[in-house]
Parts: sequence; C-alpha cells; structure tokens
Amino acid sequence: MRAMSIWEYANPKRFIATTSPLIPWVLGLSLALIGTALVWGFFFTPDDFRQGSTVKIIYLHVPSAMMAINAWIMMLVASLIWLVRRHHVSALAARAAAPVGIVMTLIALFTGAVWGQPMWGTWWVWDPRLTSFLILFLFYLGYVALWEAIEDPDTAADLTSVLCIVGSVFAVLSRYAVLFWNQGLHQGATFSLDAETNIDPVFWWPAVISMAGFVGLFVALVLVRTQTEIRARRMKALLARARRAGAGEARA
Amino acid sequence: MMPDLGAYAVEVVSAYAVSLLLLGGLVALSLARWRKVKRQLEEVERRDG
Repeated sequence: MRAMSIWEYANPKRFIATTSPLIPWVLGLSLALIGTALVWGFFFTPDDFRQGSTVKIIYLHVPSAMMAINAWIMMLVASLIWLVRRHHVSALAARAAAPVGIVMTLIALFTGAVWGQPMWGTWWVWDPRLTSFLILFLFYLGYVALWEAIEDPDTAADLTSVLCIVGSVFAVLSRYAVLFWNQGLHQGATFSLDAETNIDPVFWWPAVISMAGFVGLFVALVLVRTQTEIRARRMKALLARARRAGAGEARA
Repeated sequence: MMPDLGAYAVEVVSAYAVSLLLLGGLVALSLARWRKVKRQLEEVERRDG
C-alpha cells in the first residue's frame, strides 16, 4: 500500500472527507476537558494564600493566552505553506483560525485585566508583555479586515500571509517579552515541565486539563471553519460559473 | 453550591461569565455557519447537476 503524503490533504475534498469524522470527537472531548477543568478549578480548588480566590482565573487566562499566541503561529505556518506551495486549503485554514485567535486574545486580555485590578491595583499597564499582546490583538483584527476587503481570494491570501509574517514578531514578543525586558509587571512563565517549582499540584492539574481542552477546542474549531471556508469558496465559484453561462446564453 | 470567593467574587465570576459567553458564542456561530454553508452548497450543486 502506498504511503500517503501530507500534501494530499491539501486536496479540499480529501481534507473534508478526512476531517469530518474527527470533528465531533475532538469537539466533544475538548468541551468535556474544559468543563471538567473549570468545574474542578472553580468549585474544588482552594484559594491561594496571596491571590485569594482570583487564582481561579488562571484556568481561563493561561490557556486562552497560550492559544492566542499559538493560533498566530499556526496561521504563520499555514501562510508560509500557501506562499511556497500555493495550497488553497492552507490559506483557508489560516483564515479560519483568525476569529478563534481573536476570541482567545479577548479572553486573555479581559481575564488578565480583571485579575490585575485587585492584584496589581490597575486594570492595565503598558508592560512589555501586555502591550505586545494588545498589538497582537490589533494584528488579528487587521488580518480579518484584510481578508474581507480584497475580492480576489488569491490576492487576499498573498497579502494576509505577508501581514501574518510581520505580526509574528508580536506573537513571539507576547511570549518572550518577560525575558527580554525586566521592567514589566507581568510575571514569568507559570507553567513549565518542572511543575513543582512553579505551581502547587492542586492548581496545576485543573490548569493543565484546561490547557489540553483549549488546544482541542482550537483544533476542532479550525477544522469546522476551514471546511466552511472550502465550501463557501466552491459555492462562490459555482455561482460565478452559472452567472457566466447565463450571460453567454442571453447574448446568444 | 457556590464557593466562598471572598472579596474577589465579582472579579472571578465576571471572568468566568464573560469567557464562557465568548467561547459559547464562538462555538455556536462556527457550527451554525458550517451547517448553513453546507446546506447552501448542496442546493447549488443539485441545481448545477
């Protein structure tokens, strides 16, 4: 039997056929993980001795911030594939991921502000990490607006790919700004492989389950939205062909 | 039963409420558009033969 190349999934029909059976499972599992983690974190974890009950916000803030950055990295990879190999599915996958990234960024910004007010005494501060995160959010909005503004899909894919490459600077900065500059309020990474040195296991487990759920939800939503973009593109092409045929018959 | 959130109840509850609303809205809108576009394409393909 011939081994299948990953590029064969760039065929829209094959992509839909392969991903359709996966979607309900990935979506269901991710929602179950998020539900478990949030119920566990909200109802069954104790308060932190310094942060009080606001520690419960990490089960939303950390996974959403992680996915806000990772979504842009996924869009970067898909955009590079489009620019190099001209696979339409990859351009459409990047487009499909952007609204998911916007929601993740919004959740991270909101939960961060709500946590920061009682802990730092301010909703917002022009800290390097927060500022680069806000710029990343503006890049997300610009990316979606650019897709909507350009009629020709290939030109839109080209220009949004370039925008995505430029915006990646801020995605990387959002992640590593704490290491580059020391003057910010935002602390360093809470989660790493040496879990015991950073966070108590009582908080670590629900947070890690929530992170796994957010990753799954992102994958499921990108698959759903990429399928939608593929179908919308095909529908547009069929309607345009029917209009051309109708105009041709009218002339004859 | 609601846990005792102390002085930060408003912050914690609003963080959860807004986040769940945004996530729920995103999932619902994504699935609704997925179904709508799928149905519309099937109709166009049927008309197209």
